[in-house]
Amino acid sequence: MITRTRQIEMKILPVISAAVMVGAAGLIGLIAALPAVAGLLSALIDANVPEALRPAVARGLGVAAVVGFLSLFPIFAIWFERKVAAHTQDRLGPMRVGWHGVLQSFADGIKLLFKEDIVPKQGDQILFRLAPYLVVAGTFAAFAVLPWGDGLVVSDLNIGVLYVVAIGSLNTIGILMAGWASNNKYSLFGGMRSAAQLVSYEIPTILTLLVVIVQVGSLNLQDIVLAQQGGLFHWFIFRMFPVNLIAFVVFFICGLAETNRTPFDLPEAESELVAGFHTEYSGMRFAFFFLAEYGAMFLVSGLAVVLFLGGWQGVLSSPPVPGTLLFFAKTMFLVFVQMWLRWTLPRLRVDQLMAMCWKYLIPIAFALLIVAGFLSLPS
Amino acid sequence: MRKYFTDMLEAVVTVAKGMAVTLRHIFMPSVTQQYQADEKPEERWKSLIVPEGLLNARSRMRLHVKIEDCIGCKQCEKACPIDCIYITADKRDKEEAPIFASDGTAIKLKVTQFDIDMTLCCYCALCVYPCPTDCIVMTPEYEFAESVKGNFLYRFAKEKPSPPEPKKEPEPVPVAVGGE
Repeated sequence: MITRTRQIEMKILPVISAAVMVGAAGLIGLIAALPAVAGLLSALIDANVPEALRPAVARGLGVAAVVGFLSLFPIFAIWFERKVAAHTQDRLGPMRVGWHGVLQSFADGIKLLFKEDIVPKQGDQILFRLAPYLVVAGTFAAFAVLPWGDGLVVSDLNIGVLYVVAIGSLNTIGILMAGWASNNKYSLFGGMRSAAQLVSYEIPTILTLLVVIVQVGSLNLQDIVLAQQGGLFHWFIFRMFPVNLIAFVVFFICGLAETNRTPFDLPEAESELVAGFHTEYSGMRFAFFFLAEYGAMFLVSGLAVVLFLGGWQGVLSSPPVPGTLLFFAKTMFLVFVQMWLRWTLPRLRVDQLMAMCWKYLIPIAFALLIVAGFLSLPS
Repeated sequence: MRKYFTDMLEAVVTVAKGMAVTLRHIFMPSVTQQYQADEKPEERWKSLIVPEGLLNARSRMRLHVKIEDCIGCKQCEKACPIDCIYITADKRDKEEAPIFASDGTAIKLKVTQFDIDMTLCCYCALCVYPCPTDCIVMTPEYEFAESVKGNFLYRFAKEKPSPPEPKKEPEPVPVAVGGE
């Protein structure tokens, strides 16, 4: 039986999904044309804004771009992840809302917007409300130093790597805060596991970052990308074989652990802890955790691309494709690998998680750092 | 110490193997059959044979009884594991012309009630197999949602029950009169 609502849906949905796809294509076009757009904008700012305000306006535009991108990216990523999950299990995934379900995330987002915002009465009122914003802020702030192209970075910090590592740890405080303030045993378990996990995995992450930094001699992410100029074999992953390759694998594993992705999703382990630290959250606050998770996925992949896969540098020394698009494509591939791993591997046990970090990843990272340090000594 | 390194190698190899399996499945055709809400129900009903590609060959959907073929043997009622088939059958009058089911079986009983409660039905199709005239079948109809629960009681019988025989007046019980 075809109901009236279904008839209206069947008429409207193709139009909306076509509009969304055109919008997505436009966004990719914008990313490709980012150097030109940025040049145009800076010319406009130079012409119209008094000199004292110029840096502030430019930063504001950069922040707006990052926030806009990070609000749209999870919408795509959630749909993409559900599709990858479904096809890994020989299913179809969302198919009803729009063409192959492209509007599913929009529908879910609208649902979350309208949901009641419940705060547990026994919980800590202020911390409960604060936690999602802290998690989101930690993820979003790290994007400030992620270089999209030559000179295309919101803030060209000379201690970029240190900044990412420092601000990225704000997540942990937010998650622990959410777990504590919920006044729920599962939430607290999730928060504590998250803290233990992130504190442990921070060490191999930083050690593998240092492997690259001793070769470049700079903490600036721009300098790290510029050091990889000149084609595929100048990317760090192929240099000093196999030191940097292993460092990349270790860094990627630690990235999975820091973004709480399977097989390291112990903080939210749905079969053990209901939903872990966000058990008590509903509506938009819950959506913020989702936003932060997918933003962190992009951040970790982007960082891996910048450090090991040549950032915006192409396979050839002078690529025919815009560098920003290359960076985006490489990052999206790593995001896909994260999803691929999620639907391949089961979750680790807590002791296995700790054993993997302290017994394997940290010794390997130390050994790599020593080898890389010796090999990059000036002769 | 050697095990430490072989363990690491094994981890890498097994993860790679698993990822190869999942990658193969990502590009395999899915086995899901989409819910065909937009198909016209009449199309499905054209034949009771399940259309190719629309449903699985062994799909079990709503029950249907071709009541003209029913001989009232109650074998389906006995086979039903949850007793959701209710049959009442009376003897046909001797004077009436003999009728036959489509496979030639003589129909000697008048089926006055043949109800199936689809709220209880578990779609096991155990009633279909014993039917000697193949009159109870699983149809391809899967869209039969109702807003009133009573509508799920499907009544297939067409014959009216024969009027109850007039009750005889109970014979007066002889009353014992007196006597020592």
